[in-house]
Order: sequence, then structure tokens, then C-alpha cells
Amino acid sequence: MFPRPIPHTARGMRAIYMAMVIVILLIWLAPLFAIIMTSIRTSDDISMGNLWGWPTGFGLVENYVNVFTKTPMARYFVNSVVITIPSVIGVLILSTLAGYVLSRHKFRFSMLIFAIFIGGNFLPAQIMMIPVRDLMVQVGLYDTAWSLIIFHTAFQTGFATLFMRNFIAALPNELFEAAKAEGATSSQILMNVVVPLVRPALAALAILLFTFIWNDYFWAVVLTISDTVKPVTAGLANLRGEYVAAWNTISAATMIVAIPPVAMFFLMQRHFVAGLTMGAVKG
Amino acid sequence: MSLIWRRHRTWVVPTLFIAPSIILFGVVIVASSLQSVWISFHDWDGFGPMQWIGLGNYEELLGDPQFYVSLKNNLIWLIIFMLAPPLGLAIALLVNQQIRGMRIVKSLFFVPLVLASVAVGIVFTWVYTPQFGLLALAFSAFGQKAPALLSDEHLVTFAIVIAAIWPQIAFCMVLYLAGINSLSEDLIGAGRVDGARGWNMLYHVVLPQLTQVTFIAIAITAIGALRSFDMISVMTQGGPFGSSQVLAYQMYEQSIFSYRFGYGAAIATILFIIMLVFILWYLSRIIRAEEWSN
Repeated sequence: MFPRPIPHTARGMRAIYMAMVIVILLIWLAPLFAIIMTSIRTSDDISMGNLWGWPTGFGLVENYVNVFTKTPMARYFVNSVVITIPSVIGVLILSTLAGYVLSRHKFRFSMLIFAIFIGGNFLPAQIMMIPVRDLMVQVGLYDTAWSLIIFHTAFQTGFATLFMRNFIAALPNELFEAAKAEGATSSQILMNVVVPLVRPALAALAILLFTFIWNDYFWAVVLTISDTVKPVTAGLANLRGEYVAAWNTISAATMIVAIPPVAMFFLMQRHFVAGLTMGAVKG
Repeated sequence: MSLIWRRHRTWVVPTLFIAPSIILFGVVIVASSLQSVWISFHDWDGFGPMQWIGLGNYEELLGDPQFYVSLKNNLIWLIIFMLAPPLGLAIALLVNQQIRGMRIVKSLFFVPLVLASVAVGIVFTWVYTPQFGLLALAFSAFGQKAPALLSDEHLVTFAIVIAAIWPQIAFCMVLYLAGINSLSEDLIGAGRVDGARGWNMLYHVVLPQLTQVTFIAIAITAIGALRSFDMISVMTQGGPFGSSQVLAYQMYEQSIFSYRFGYGAAIATILFIIMLVFILWYLSRIIRAEEWSN
């Protein structure tokens, strides 16, 4: 291991090391602590300019209730769920199918398709903005959840296909040979060999996709304008304009946007890290 | 019927499997990108008919002072973002100990990575708020007054980049943590026998084993720097007076707020060409590795 592990016996060293790591961690997360602390401050303290001193009251419940009752945040939250969940499911299905074909079937242009899927994923969003927006206007989906679902499904399919292709390519070849020898067709192999084996990859991919899509801001502002469709990210940016000095309300709203991906991450941490490194390192 | 089906299903079924992905990605992502390049040769307000003006938009862009401001800011983003891989490596090395409690510490270091960029933008806007923010608090501890970073045209881009690099460092750290956990124990052991320690070990034994990770960290960081949009939109909307705009933001503003879709498409095309350098570099290495492994 590098760096050299601190031995169990060096208790003093361990204590110093842990203390140092915790100090660095506190500095690292200081901006986040600032927003959490502000989100539980009372409006009185905010208007008195008492932002960092000892709080005169406890505004946790009040602030979060305010965000849900006095702002459209609850609506934005529902919109985000409505956009994110179907997109994730759509991408998982499409990328399993495409990844299976790309990894287990030899055909012309497979490398080109693979390259386009990876390359397309790194394009600046602006290069597709005008035509995508125009397309959604033409087909009457502009400013509906469908416009975002379709866009995210299309865009994330590039990355996800590469991810699934690499995972399926790493499965033992013998399984596929045996299935073929038994006379299994492509669709039987997919349903009976691939799908049961790719579950961990699908879990990792699902959490990554959830984070990417939930956190999207650019497409939310390009493809939606109404409060009834807008996801939390675009909604939060709006609130920021309306509640200029009410930092406790804005902080609470920010926390509401931040919590779902963070919670997902802590629940499925191992999948998340494995997915991220596999997605990036192998491709 | 069943005979024809049987003869062709070996290729029909796979084609049906992959077709939806190719069509969706092809239409929404690839065709749209190409169409933008086409639009960039036109004058278009987004509603009426397009008018062909050849390189007109590009000529105008070359005379637009805002274009150079954006370009300069993109360069600042790119340069400062290059700190993310080494800082990510540093944190990865710091936390790579097997002590009880380190697992939760590592996860807490990852947190900025999963935050929405809008949330990061607001968090840092709050940190930078004059008089009341965390930065002002830190300055006042030394009896100093914090500068109003987001309304200072010379400092604003740096302030936004520092906010944006926070999740990027976390990303590089994740990559490097995976990298240093798959180092060859034999090489490290041999290095130790030869008396390599600390910097020497890092430089001569560890880093050479991490070239693939480093390449990916640098390529993805560079692409991320050039793609920056969200933080600028949330923190300053390109201000004050356009001083924090980058190409991605300028494109958005010209199209959505000024209805100059042709001009916006031209800016997007320039950004695309700049990024293509990094994308092709990345792709060529990945594909070479891919062909080598087949």
C-alpha cells in the first residue's frame, strides 16, 4: 500500500493523523456546513444581521415548512421525480440492449458506433441546444416533462451503453458459448444470461444516472419555462432571484435540492464509486 | 415465413436491439450537433426563415470584444482546473489508510461530487456574500474586510472557478483512490527495498503506474472546464458587464435572450471545435486501448 499504512501499534501517530484528517475535512466541507447552519436560522436573526453569532431561536422546522408551503418547491420536487425516474429506466433498458449487441456481436462499424456514443457524451450542451429546443417546439413537447425525459434518455444512453458494453464484455465467454451450443437465440441469451448477471452494473448505473439527471440545470432552463414542469434545479435558481436576502429560506431550498442525490449516494455508496471509476477508467 | 425468419434472425434481432439507441442518439445528439454547424452560417431569430450569410457570424465574432473576454475566461477555467488532478491525488493519498472511521471520512470527501452544480453555485454565492458570508467572517477574524468577489470584474471568474473546482477535485480523488488501490504491491515493495520513500516513491514508482488514471483525470477535467455553464448562470449570470462569461454562457445569452440563434450557433461551433481537440485525444487513446485488448 501507498502511502505506507500507519501501524496499529503507533497509537500516537494514529491520533495525530486522524485529527489532521478531520481538520482538513472540516475545511473541505465548510461551505456546506455554512449553508446547513443558515438553513436552520430564524428569519429574525437573518434580518437582524445575526448570521454567525449564537442563534436566538431555532428555525429548522419553520424554514423547511416555509419552503414547501410558501414557494413552489414541492411542485418542482415532484417534477424532478417525474422527469428523473422514467429517464433512468429508459436509459437502463436501451443501454442493456445496445451494450449487449456491441459487446457480443461482431459487425461492421461497431467501433465507429462505440466512438460516437463516447464522443457524443463529451460534447458541449450548447452545440445541440438550438436544434433540440427547436425539435421539441416542432413536435409540441417544449415545456413538458417529456422534452426532458426524451433528451436525458438520448444523451445518457451514450455513456450508459459504453458502460454496459464494458461490463458485458467482461463476463466469461464460456457462458455465451454454452448458451449458443444449447441453441439459445440472441433474445434468450439476453433474458437468461445477460440480464441476471448485469444486475450489479445496473444498480451502479442507475445511481449515477439518477445523480446526473437530477442535477441537470442547463436543459431544464432550455426546455422548460412553466412552474408546473420545471425541475428543482431550475426552480432553485428562480427562488434565488425572488428571495434575495432571505438566506435561511434559500439555504433550506438548496438543501432540499441537494439531499436526494446525497442520500442515494450514502445508501448505495459502493455502487456509486464502482460505477464512476468503471465508467471513467475503462472508457 | 418461419424459414426466412430463422435464416435472418441472427442479424435481425441484434439490429432491433441496438436500433432504438442508435436512432435516439443519432437524431437527438448527433444530428442536432451537425445542424448547429449548419445554422451557424445563417442569420436566424428562431422563428422566421433562416437567411444564408456564409461566414458572416464568424466575421462578426472576430470583431466582438465579448468573444475575447469569454475566450480568456475559458482559458482561466482550463488552467485553474488543472489543479484538480493533483489536489485530488493529494486527498486520495491523505485518506488512503485503513483505520476505523476512514470509510465515512472518505465518503464525506466525496459529497461535493454528488451535489447539483446549482446547489454548489448557491453555496458559494452565500460564502462570498459581502459582509455576511463565510468569507467575510473569515476575513473579519483577521480584522480585514473581504472583497466583494462576485461584483469585481477582475476577480469574479476566479471566484467562480474556485467554487467549480470543488466537486472536480472530489471527482479526481475518486479516480485516484481506485488507482492507488490497484497499484502493484510488488513494485512498491521493491521500491521500499531500494530505499525509495515519500516523494521519491511517489514520483518514480507510484505515478508511472497511474498514467492511465492521470490521463483520464486530465482529459475529463479539461472537458469539464470548457463545458462550464451552470455555476456562471447561477452565481453571476455572466456579470458584472459580461466579465465572467465563457463561450458556453455567451452562446446561451445570445440565443435565448437576444434571439440571435445563428450567432449563438457560431459561438457553439467554436466551442465545439476547441473541445474536439480534447475529445479526439481522449477517444484515440480509449480506442487504441480497446483494439489492443481485443
